Amino acid sequence: MKPMRRIMLAALAAAVAGALPAAAQDKALVAAAEKEGSVAWYTSVDVKVAEAVKEDFHRKYPKIDVEVERSGSERVYQRVNQEHQSGIKHADLVNTSDSTHFIEWKKEGMLAKYVPAGVDKVPAEYRDPEGYYATWRATLCVMGYNTNIVPPDQVPRGYKDLLEPKWKGKLTKAHPSYSGTSLTGTYAVAKLLGWDYFEKLAKQGVQQLQSTTATPKSIASGERAVMVDGNEYNMFIEIDKKSPVKIIYPVEGTPFVSSPVAVFKDAPHPNAARLFADFLFSTKVQQFLVDKGGLRSVVPGVKDPAGRTPLKDIKVIPDDPAGMLPQVEDIKKKYAAIFGGGK
Amino acid sequence: MALVLAALVLLPIYWLGFTSFTDDARHFTLAHYRRLAVDRSFLEPFWVTLWTSAAVGFLCVAFAAPMAWLVARTDLPGKRLLRMLVLASFATPPFLGAFAWVLLGGPNAGLLNHGYYALFGLKPFEATPLVDIFSAWGIVFVTALYTFPYVFTFVATSLDLIPSELEEASAILGAPAWRTALDVTLPLVTPALMAGFLVAFLQSMTLFGPAAILALPASIDTMTTKIWSLFQFPPKLGLAAAASLPLLVITAVLLRVQASIMGRRGYSVVGGKSTGQRLIRLGPWKVVALAPFALVLACSVLLPYGVLTWTAFVKNYSAPMAGNFSFDNWRFVFLEFSQTKLALVNTFALGASAATAGTILATTIGYLSLRRLVWGHRALAFLATAPVAIPGIVLAVGLFLSYTHPPLVLYGTLTIIFLAYLTKEMPVGYQQVASALKSVHPELEDASRIFGATRLRALFDITAPLIRNGVIATWLFIFIGSIRELSATILLFTANTKTVSVTMFDLRESNDWGPIAVLSITMLLITFAMIAAINFFNDRRLA
Repeated sequence: MKPMRRIMLAALAAAVAGALPAAAQDKALVAAAEKEGSVAWYTSVDVKVAEAVKEDFHRKYPKIDVEVERSGSERVYQRVNQEHQSGIKHADLVNTSDSTHFIEWKKEGMLAKYVPAGVDKVPAEYRDPEGYYATWRATLCVMGYNTNIVPPDQVPRGYKDLLEPKWKGKLTKAHPSYSGTSLTGTYAVAKLLGWDYFEKLAKQGVQQLQSTTATPKSIASGERAVMVDGNEYNMFIEIDKKSPVKIIYPVEGTPFVSSPVAVFKDAPHPNAARLFADFLFSTKVQQFLVDKGGLRSVVPGVKDPAGRTPLKDIKVIPDDPAGMLPQVEDIKKKYAAIFGGGK
Repeated sequence: MALVLAALVLLPIYWLGFTSFTDDARHFTLAHYRRLAVDRSFLEPFWVTLWTSAAVGFLCVAFAAPMAWLVARTDLPGKRLLRMLVLASFATPPFLGAFAWVLLGGPNAGLLNHGYYALFGLKPFEATPLVDIFSAWGIVFVTALYTFPYVFTFVATSLDLIPSELEEASAILGAPAWRTALDVTLPLVTPALMAGFLVAFLQSMTLFGPAAILALPASIDTMTTKIWSLFQFPPKLGLAAAASLPLLVITAVLLRVQASIMGRRGYSVVGGKSTGQRLIRLGPWKVVALAPFALVLACSVLLPYGVLTWTAFVKNYSAPMAGNFSFDNWRFVFLEFSQTKLALVNTFALGASAATAGTILATTIGYLSLRRLVWGHRALAFLATAPVAIPGIVLAVGLFLSYTHPPLVLYGTLTIIFLAYLTKEMPVGYQQVASALKSVHPELEDASRIFGATRLRALFDITAPLIRNGVIATWLFIFIGSIRELSATILLFTANTKTVSVTMFDLRESNDWGPIAVLSITMLLITFAMIAAINFFNDRRLA
């Protein structure tokens, strides 16, 4: 354990619990977590990234099992709320790519106040001022294409190019009723280009998938040529695997997507949840997410590997959870009316 | 017994009905139905559901009936193998077949289309694909592939039970084989055909997997995917309940129609065991006769199993073989993936318990109602077959509504999923037991009673041994039906009551084909091991 982190954790523990000596408190958290023996983590991150993080945690704390419950952000939201309404206490901590969830859960009093070690260093726009949640990972909602199918001079530059007749039957897209990233992206694009953009896009015979982790895999397999929206991090993973795909940062702008983490107030394994939250924000895990998971990190000191376009060189559309929140239902409804697969 | 059945079936239906007519404040309203009747986003899925289900029914009858006749009445070679492959199609969950067909029939990356493009020097995206599985016809095709065994089994069983004397008489009188088949055999098996068509239609109408996997990517909704969408948070329970009731009504009507057709025909040509059957010689027609088997079984078993095996052992299913081979998917599923063990344990615990409880219930009810031993036996039979009318997902809603509040809170437990499986499989179990019981004419029991045996004695000494195979088959049917269940589980599972099917569906939504293929193969291997074990056991007991 890095000394810096130990000090921060200790300081935090002392703040929570009072007078105990720092190291003892750290040990106390670990001991209590080990006694609980497991932690249930609901997340929307790509399943292989999630399982790798779990493995890493398990290696460090062999006595604590991590149960990964992965689905799309909106599905995670549905499961969490359905279980909560039915009085089932199973989820310990949660991570989705739809920041409005955290506003809702906080309002409903479902979250525990907990600032994991290191989060106090995170820029203020990426954490809740009252300490209920913070951005664990970030990605961009990008476009992409298969280099075997699309010749270099034909590559679309942005959203509007996709309306050209030549892309008919060649597009794939994720669903905002399933994916928080797609929802965030849809909100941004609708604001920028209006809903008639999506109406025109639907006439292109888009392959309608669910997850923004699925669309990069679809173009990698060659099932479709161009991806309308997908996770930048899955594109990096595909590129690292030598799949024939490239990222497009649309000229109109690329939506930025924060994915916070929060601990539930009714977590059945409160100590393990807090220990795991600490672990998630540790520099080691954050660097792993960036290096192997292709994600962006908001934790200071984490460095992008060479070869990736730095954020500052991309025209990014910042996410706006507070602005999006009142429109979420409306976006999903409008989208389903055009592309199906919704209420 | 009747009470258990009534509680199982009626409680969810009561809650469905109640919820469909009330608003959030529990006041009476017709708003849900009004919306269904005017909203195009409901009318279109309804229409798609109806025509695809009818198409599945026709396709199944058109292929399965001649196939069953060939197996039962001719000297077709390799019957044992063919029957085994039909059984394999039956044992293959339709959603799993849909997964495989995405890999085979995806218009641009699908391996069949790849082969087709390569063969004719065409290019993906430019040429029309051989198969576009992401379409309404894709649902019809895949659903029919895994539903035809119902029709096949119904017709084959019925043919096995009808003595061939009638057909022989026709042959002796000089009718050619085809004439005998059409004029004598066909009318005799019409009830089985009708029953088969109905089961195929209803299966198709209530399946969630193929529709969600194949139609949603093409922006097509069916009633099941629509109802499922209504559970996106915050759920629209009233609308979901209202959307499901028309399906219930359609099925009730169809079952009535079927009952009246069967009732009018009302013949019982089966009494005791008939003598050996004379088989029609196919001669040089053998090759032609094998063609439909080759086509159907290649599409339902050989190609899908092949593509799943391939996908399980490579990094990218659509990439060439060189440097593609890998055990990564297996390592991931069995060493890294948190869900695997939990899902397997849950799935098999649910399958075994639903099969055991279901067999006991179906056998008892089947006997009571078919021998008309109790008052209200018709109602019993109706209750036992009624769940076929409830789409799994709607049954799930009904169960959800019934058991999320006191006195009995079951949501979040395996019990609620067990109840779903038990209810859902009851019609299949009942049909199995009923067809076994129908093959034992009451006169056999009557004979025993004339000789002074009590009814119970007659039951144990005469009927039980004759239907034993049927009962074992029932257990098998329910078990296989349960371990592949997706439509109801998709709404009832929680994180720690996940099954293999739901886990695979989650993986599908993120296009993780490798792990899906590994889980598919695992599930199939375990299913076939079960079937083999039970067959072995069964043979031993008969010997």
